[in-house]
Amino acid sequence: MEIKPYEQNSYTPVPSAFTKFRRNCVPWQFIRFIAINIKMTVLILKSHH
Amino acid sequence: MARVVILGGGVSGHTAATFLAKWLGKKHEVVVVTPNAQWNWIPSNIWVGVGGMSKQEVVFDLAPVYAKGGVVYRQAKALSIHPEGSKEEDKQFVTIEYTGQDKTGESEKITYDYLINATGPKLNFGATEGLGPDVGHTVSVCSAEHASHASDKLDELIAQMKSGEEKRILIGTGHGMCTCQGAAFEYTFNVDHKLREEGVRDKATITYISNEYELGDFGVAGMHIKLGGYVTSGKVFAESLYTERDVNWIKRAHVNKVEKGKVHYELLDGSQNEELFDFSMLIPPFGGVGLKAYDKAGEDITSKIFNPGGFMFVDADYSKGGAPYEDWDADDWPSYCQNQTYKNMYAVGIAFAPPHLISKPMKSPNGTPINPTPPRTGMPSAMMGKAVAQSLKDIILNNATEPTHSAKMSEIGAACVASAGKGIFSGSAVAMTMYPIIPNFKKYKYGRDLDGTFGEIGLAGHWVKHFLHFAFLWKAKLKPFWTLIPE
Ligand SMILES: Cc1cc2nc3c(=O)[nH]c(=O)nc-3n(C[C@H](O)[C@H](O)[C@H](O)COP(=O)(O)OP(=O)(O)OC[C@H]3O[C@@H](n4cnc5c(N)ncnc54)[C@H](O)[C@@H]3O)c2cc1C
Repeated sequence: MEIKPYEQNSYTPVPSAFTKFRRNCVPWQFIRFIAINIKMTVLILKSHH
Repeated sequence: MARVVILGGGVSGHTAATFLAKWLGKKHEVVVVTPNAQWNWIPSNIWVGVGGMSKQEVVFDLAPVYAKGGVVYRQAKALSIHPEGSKEEDKQFVTIEYTGQDKTGESEKITYDYLINATGPKLNFGATEGLGPDVGHTVSVCSAEHASHASDKLDELIAQMKSGEEKRILIGTGHGMCTCQGAAFEYTFNVDHKLREEGVRDKATITYISNEYELGDFGVAGMHIKLGGYVTSGKVFAESLYTERDVNWIKRAHVNKVEKGKVHYELLDGSQNEELFDFSMLIPPFGGVGLKAYDKAGEDITSKIFNPGGFMFVDADYSKGGAPYEDWDADDWPSYCQNQTYKNMYAVGIAFAPPHLISKPMKSPNGTPINPTPPRTGMPSAMMGKAVAQSLKDIILNNATEPTHSAKMSEIGAACVASAGKGIFSGSAVAMTMYPIIPNFKKYKYGRDLDGTFGEIGLAGHWVKHFLHFAFLWKAKLKPFWTLIPE
């Protein structure tokens, strides 16, 4: 990916090396998997009337 | 005995039918009229469209499942609704035309006590000249067949790239009034992943074209999330994703014509532009499926029951349709999905008429509307199907006189996971949720609850998406404990 000044992609945040590492770090992602499931369950419970 | 007729056996209709049949038991009858022989878990079509799954993995035959679930199945399309009956028939009925079951082309009347319209979208490729896989120049992932065809075309393109050719790929929305940007977003993500896996990403330019005012609008007026210590717009999140993947984007675009290898589009500023492509997947605008309605005397009352787009009126506040965006309210959205002229008629999922857009209406100086229309994604569609089933259970079995369960889009949330790759450790995904779907600025500073609205990238979302694929197919097939899997 080449970022050129004044082009579309020069105004957006891009992930740092650490952020990219966390996205693929299995133990951390396992924790996130549980967190996402909890968030989705809460969402479902809030949504049923 | 009461008979409930459900038009459409897709996400919302199948949910309503299977729960109702279970709750009502053998004393009552649940009939599904749907033209398809197979049920399709549509979200996984994205994977079919890049060859990550076969068509067979995302569909199953409906007949054995309905036989097991006690649902009467008519493989047919509904043509008309007669909510007062006719001169010859006292009872309300629908007319259908068979598309299978060895009766193709034959017509039939089915009387009903309660009707649920769950007919979903008509994929309106005809709205843009040259759009779509049948008579046009673009592919689609909106059905399993379309997705399978898209995958074949993508394979051909990859073979050409492997022999050294450079290619242009264009993915997005094929009209200024499309919804379903999420599917185009996810497909972009998957095509990028596939090209990287095949070692040809450097041979492709990928461009995303959208009718959104800003990326991340998704037809729900965008969303705010907590990210890196800030509350930030989903635009930042979406643009970052594309930048990281080296995808360019064109926003505020109404595609008005597609030729072989060339898309013509108008921007919100009124300018007319062109974009060249070698492979393009553009989502069509959605319409209603074109059901007609007649009163007892046989007079056409379609416009009383359906809006001009073919979606059925329900208990929404339609008086706000022409009102300015600032006057819209979360309360305008329907609670019970119940038609107010004929109260034994309901419409769920994509089939109901929204009171107005969710995104702000926009027009180019030439008068062309360029704004996403409201999405009714899988989760709310299934929730509406279940809520109407619960209401009808109470009406039929417990003598309730009014619907008892609501599924108002301003009080329910939605989840969307865009995931690419098949391996457990080699995929990646964006997981997003929002609560509520319809922003409510009176209640929440940013329109939505920031605890229920989030976006996150990583392997975890990829696992969630695979889990959802198997869980929803399990549920739809009525396998053991299916009722425990939430919508
Ligand atoms: C490619 C793609 C990816 C998607 N990904 C996601 C996702 O990740 N998450 C998500 O939440 N949502 C997703 N969606 C949206 C989701 O698929 C829809 O919101 C959902 O299918 C809507 O449910 P429905 O019951 O209204 O319509 P459908 O599921 O389309 O069902 C409509 C049914 O009606 C039948 N029918 C049509 N005409 C007639 C007629 N005349 N008479 C009787 N029956 C008729 C059709 O054959 C069909 O079976 C995606 C959509 C697409 C196209």
